[in-house]
Amino acid sequence: MSMIEIEHLTKTFPGANAVTALDDVSLNIESGEIFGIIGLSGAGKSTLVRCMNLLERPTSGVVRVNGAELTGLADRNLRKARQSIGMIFQGFNLLMQRTALDNVCFPLELGGMSRSEARKKARPFLELVGLEDRENAYPTQLSGGQKQRVAIARTLVTDPKVILCDEATSALDPTTTQSILALLKELNEKLGVTVVVITHEMKVVEQICDRVAIIADSHIVEQGAVADVFHHPQTAAARQLITPKGAISEKSAIHGPLYRITFDGSTSDQPIVSGMVLASGAPVNIWYADTKDIDGKAHGQMLLELPKDQVLTQKMLAFLKSQQVTYEREEAEYYD
Amino acid sequence: MTEVFTSGFWAQYGSLLIQGTQDTLVMTVISTVFAYVLGLPLGVLLSITQPHGICPHKWLNRILGWIINVGRSLPFIILMVAIMDFTKLIVGTKIGIRGAIVPLVISAAPFIARMVETSMAEVDAGVVEAAQAMGASPLQIIWKVYLPEAKPSLLLGGSISIITILAYTAIAGAVGAGGLGDLAIRYGYQRRTPSMMLVTVILIIILVQVIQSVFSWLSAKIDKRLK
Repeated sequence: MSMIEIEHLTKTFPGANAVTALDDVSLNIESGEIFGIIGLSGAGKSTLVRCMNLLERPTSGVVRVNGAELTGLADRNLRKARQSIGMIFQGFNLLMQRTALDNVCFPLELGGMSRSEARKKARPFLELVGLEDRENAYPTQLSGGQKQRVAIARTLVTDPKVILCDEATSALDPTTTQSILALLKELNEKLGVTVVVITHEMKVVEQICDRVAIIADSHIVEQGAVADVFHHPQTAAARQLITPKGAISEKSAIHGPLYRITFDGSTSDQPIVSGMVLASGAPVNIWYADTKDIDGKAHGQMLLELPKDQVLTQKMLAFLKSQQVTYEREEAEYYD
Repeated sequence: MTEVFTSGFWAQYGSLLIQGTQDTLVMTVISTVFAYVLGLPLGVLLSITQPHGICPHKWLNRILGWIINVGRSLPFIILMVAIMDFTKLIVGTKIGIRGAIVPLVISAAPFIARMVETSMAEVDAGVVEAAQAMGASPLQIIWKVYLPEAKPSLLLGGSISIITILAYTAIAGAVGAGGLGDLAIRYGYQRRTPSMMLVTVILIIILVQVIQSVFSWLSAKIDKRLK
């Protein structure tokens, strides 16, 4: 069952320099999945997530969440529908004059619950995110990770069907990012809540998402299961995200052909690069590598510069083939 | 001026000064309360109808802005004289404390509206957006987000407003409103009694200092961002 359906969504910001942030975007997010939307700054990903609860009103197109067509609702009904769509933000957006507990109470009070009743209901949610001992702390007394936990508890308290995460970990350090992502994953499994994650970081998508859509220049250019999209990127935009800009700059002196090697877990733990060098007797240059070991299997990507000599290069590629390693020729322009 | 330190001076002017201080405080407090009754909603309305506010309304915003600017362009002493007939209609007299309160309120309300608007602009737009994402209505956002989050800033604005109104009461003294300003003009200036001038000025300075200190302390005390 689809939790979020987006059909032919277009969003144009009017003005002298009118900007089309989204151009005919269609997307389906299934109930109970963790869906990632990844793109570079300015690609339109933030606008897309803000259209999912109509914080941004689309210029045209349809947005359906949990069966309700948001784009057709009057203000009052839209506010009602928003109560079952949670949202967390990069900047946490907590009320600075309220304690952690009273921040969690806030959406309940909006629904007409008294402060004391709301506190009773909110406490277990603060416990759920591991902050039961900080209920009387004000946001300034909390760390970034703790603030985001309060924000998560605040969205959970109204029993949402969806949680939208708009760059929710971008302001956090790597360790805290890990713990927040783990929490989201846990909540997704425990409560069955659908999670939409907007990010510019591959690692975030890799760690928790089931499916991913890549957004570039106001369009969704690729989507599918995370492993498929990451291991076999079809578009320049996807490759640019997977091997981040900066790995190779214009000033990089590249003489030989560039090849992207993908370890998708099917490869055994052979020393691949050494093998290539030994097979050809020529050196390779590693421009970028991001691999990790999961259950004894290698996952990740490498960007290698092979020798200019075609014969040597062919020897290396033959070796890769024999090891059943996936490779692809890369154009340096991608990284300009 | 050394007669300030003699018992003769206080026997002669003591009760006048006490009465004057009282009158000044009564005018200031009552005017401030009514000026906020007008100015606070005006400021809130001005803030939320802005293009990026929670209820954007171009024309209402322009008209409000225009009215407020007109109100603020008129020097207090001119406004006071210009609306005397209106004042009489409202409170039944053009002079005295009651006669001063009406122009004080009308003059301070637009000023307060701008102060409120500034305080509301300090509230993080992200928090307002979060409230909208939770399904808060505009009225709920005003009551539960804007006003509580802006409270420390509103209080500091309050001290500036009160002190401005206090200064206006002294001007009102020039046309017979009573209070310390009246004493300074009638005794200090017209009767050439420099000691009276000195004492009234000192009393006004003390009032301003006390009001500012109390509000600054209160604002810092309730601001949870400083904890």
